[in-house]
Amino acid sequence: MSATTQSPGKAAEVPSFDVTVKIMRSVPSDVPSAGYGEPVPAPTSRWDTFTLTMHGSDRVLDALHKIKWEFDGTVTFRRSCAHGVCGSDAMRINGRNRLACKTLLKDLNLRKPITIEPIKGLPVIKDLVVDMEPFFDSYREVQPFLIVSGVEPTKERLQSATERALFDDTTKCILCACCTTSCPVFWVDGQYFGPSAIVNAHRWIFDSRDEGAAERLEILNDREGVWRCRTTFNCTDACPRGIEVTKAISEVKRAILTRTH
Amino acid sequence: MQTHQYDVMIVGAGGAGMRAALESSVRTRTAVISKLYPTRSHTGAAQGGMCAALANVEEDNWEWHTFDTVKGGDYLVDQDAAEIMAKEAIDAVLDLEKMGLPFNRTPEGRIDQRRFGGHTRNHGEAAVRRSCYAADRTGHMILQTLYQQCVKNDVAFFNEFYVLDLLVDHDLAAGDPGEDVNVLGVVAYELATGEIHVFRAKSVVFASGGAGRMFKTTSNAHTLTGDGIAVAYRRGLPIEDMEFFQFHPTGLAGLGILLSEAARGEGGILRNADGERFMERYAPTIKDLAPRDIVARSMANEVREGRGCGPHKDYVHLDLTHLEPAHIDAKLPDITEFARTYLGVEPYTQPVPVYPTAHYLMGGIPTNVDGEVLRNNTDVVKGLYAAGECACVSVHGSNRLGTNSLLDINVFGRRAGIAAASYAVGADWIELDDDDDPAAAVVAQLDAIRSREDGERPGELRRALAETMDANAQVFRTEDSLTQALADVRELAARYREVCVQDKSQAFNTDLLEAVELGFMLDLAEVVVLGSLLRKESRGGHFREDYPKRDDDGFMRHTMAYRRPLSDDGSVGDATGPFAVSSAADDHRVVIGSKPVTQTRYQPMERKY
Repeated sequence: MSATTQSPGKAAEVPSFDVTVKIMRSVPSDVPSAGYGEPVPAPTSRWDTFTLTMHGSDRVLDALHKIKWEFDGTVTFRRSCAHGVCGSDAMRINGRNRLACKTLLKDLNLRKPITIEPIKGLPVIKDLVVDMEPFFDSYREVQPFLIVSGVEPTKERLQSATERALFDDTTKCILCACCTTSCPVFWVDGQYFGPSAIVNAHRWIFDSRDEGAAERLEILNDREGVWRCRTTFNCTDACPRGIEVTKAISEVKRAILTRTH
Repeated sequence: MQTHQYDVMIVGAGGAGMRAALESSVRTRTAVISKLYPTRSHTGAAQGGMCAALANVEEDNWEWHTFDTVKGGDYLVDQDAAEIMAKEAIDAVLDLEKMGLPFNRTPEGRIDQRRFGGHTRNHGEAAVRRSCYAADRTGHMILQTLYQQCVKNDVAFFNEFYVLDLLVDHDLAAGDPGEDVNVLGVVAYELATGEIHVFRAKSVVFASGGAGRMFKTTSNAHTLTGDGIAVAYRRGLPIEDMEFFQFHPTGLAGLGILLSEAARGEGGILRNADGERFMERYAPTIKDLAPRDIVARSMANEVREGRGCGPHKDYVHLDLTHLEPAHIDAKLPDITEFARTYLGVEPYTQPVPVYPTAHYLMGGIPTNVDGEVLRNNTDVVKGLYAAGECACVSVHGSNRLGTNSLLDINVFGRRAGIAAASYAVGADWIELDDDDDPAAAVVAQLDAIRSREDGERPGELRRALAETMDANAQVFRTEDSLTQALADVRELAARYREVCVQDKSQAFNTDLLEAVELGFMLDLAEVVVLGSLLRKESRGGHFREDYPKRDDDGFMRHTMAYRRPLSDDGSVGDATGPFAVSSAADDHRVVIGSKPVTQTRYQPMERKY
């Protein structure tokens, strides 16, 4: 006898439907690496196809869990928060970079198989899992932290709402890599900082409290910096947080051109 | 197997872990182990704010904040700890601002503040603006800011490493007591390679987060499986107040995704099927801004009495339609997007379906105010610390106030980091016994699961665990429902011993790790249910329909649960009165005692809002 009021069932109101999911499988050689960041040998890849019955507002992540938990436990992907704020489950769904937990199945064309691949431009470790270290290396290179000099104030530093609004958009970044791995320049040139690192530099360059803008602009004036951007807007389309990535990159370009020192 | 050596090892890279790391790493050689990349941690999902009596927008002081915290926790709060938290809150917020956190601002450019559930002016007169915030993504900003500072300070991280065992020099779970019990390190599993790593340390700080995934409807990440708490418990350390789980009122109906209390702080109203603002009946003074336990119970009660909304009358409405869209966009952008994305509801014009969702574990690894982990009511494990949701200080008592978790991780993460580093600097290394392989237990556990050719898959057991916890140990509990839950959890634990995974490989074997996580959750769920069974009263987040009143004479104590061998005589801790429970499962015994609540200036009163 249950003492609890049943929590609402989402499946009850919307009919179930069948969906075919094709997952790019990549199996690494099963030898532990030396642990010094040696690249994993190139995995062999294949497509595996699953047909599932899903419900109402189920997301691509729900389909992946159903596959892993009920069909094939070896299917491997990262995930955590499951509502679009942790950035773990960026993947290429029907050829577009998205978060699996933020993509509802019913919003995709279910008459065709849904294809799921790892994000492009980073080494694949296994199935949908890629090596994120090169991505985070670029992030760390732009000095993504407050740089200030002088004596620390006793209370908070003042900042007007207008000053804060200049960089509000780029504070939303969750480092999921959807933008960087949708960028054609990044695909062919892994040295390029990529949109995400530039977004995180922007977040500080336009913060009125920060004094490190000149340094960061110099870093991004590098041959692998902002000038590699070809303004294709892939990054803006891919961002699951709705950040206007291309606009942020343009603002950094303009800041480099108009700087006085 | 690889062996590493650090003075301080921090387990977990959410808010508490990284705040500890920032203190410890400038004092001594420190590393952080995290099962996720640090920016994936669930601190990033916190929304509404972090309370501190800055008094930037109206009169406030830390004593009022202390009182609200104590009353909010239904007087099970240790009042000395709550006072420290409320006092240090002010510097904790200012520290974050000085690290660059982009708080919302007042017209004068100072940190803006808003109302939040249970936070009041002058001991309950009216809601007060105390929560410092950055839109509805305050946790995201805290997590990013702390990680940025870790990058700046070059903190060492071992990302995607799972800590599966704690090394101490006396096996308390096997009944080996010691005059002194010392921490030796932790054993971790590297996800990318499947390798085992032994991390030797003088100090270990657990900051490994909560365990919400034992419930089906939860706001918690899939990775919140109680690992750190279970690891300590399996080594014989007590875990405190595990029956107190917070159900957040406003989860997206059917999904459990969190919609911040800030929605109500900014003026949102809960309504039933008749459109009635029902919280006026349950909490006449502060209405929709009553503490979470009260709001969640009121909502569940509306549904139970037939006033729920929707075709199945199984949720209530969160109404924001009277707020200006521009105000919603400025203050609540993320949660309104969740409503659009996941339910297809437009909050400008439509009410949002909501229902309580398992959100926060008030209990955990018992510590003192410096984060030192207790091994009984008075003695600590030398060199072992805990902070954040995995710890129980206890500043939250039986019900945490909104925003006090972001505060807890900053205040007690910092204190634990300082204490762990100070201890390590003065302590000598303790040699491991040459005959012992420190990783043996972990290797045996993993090999047993991986090598089993036949058996049940973990997915089925996990689903059954979550379903029985939701059905029988959620907002409303009874002797019958909890007895059922205990039987279910123990049956699942027996089946778990024969669990089998399909992925037998070394690299990135998440199938295997999910099975391990399930084992942690089963161990903790047993304690949650046993604590709920023995606590024949209703207090904070724990509501017994068969005992609807708070009983201070019988139960004004913390529950302390210990895992012991079947042969144990059942006399641990302060096992008196209703807390003297020794419950045998088929391969171990859960022995429960109790610990007194620290009261300083506030006498328990009836809790009215």
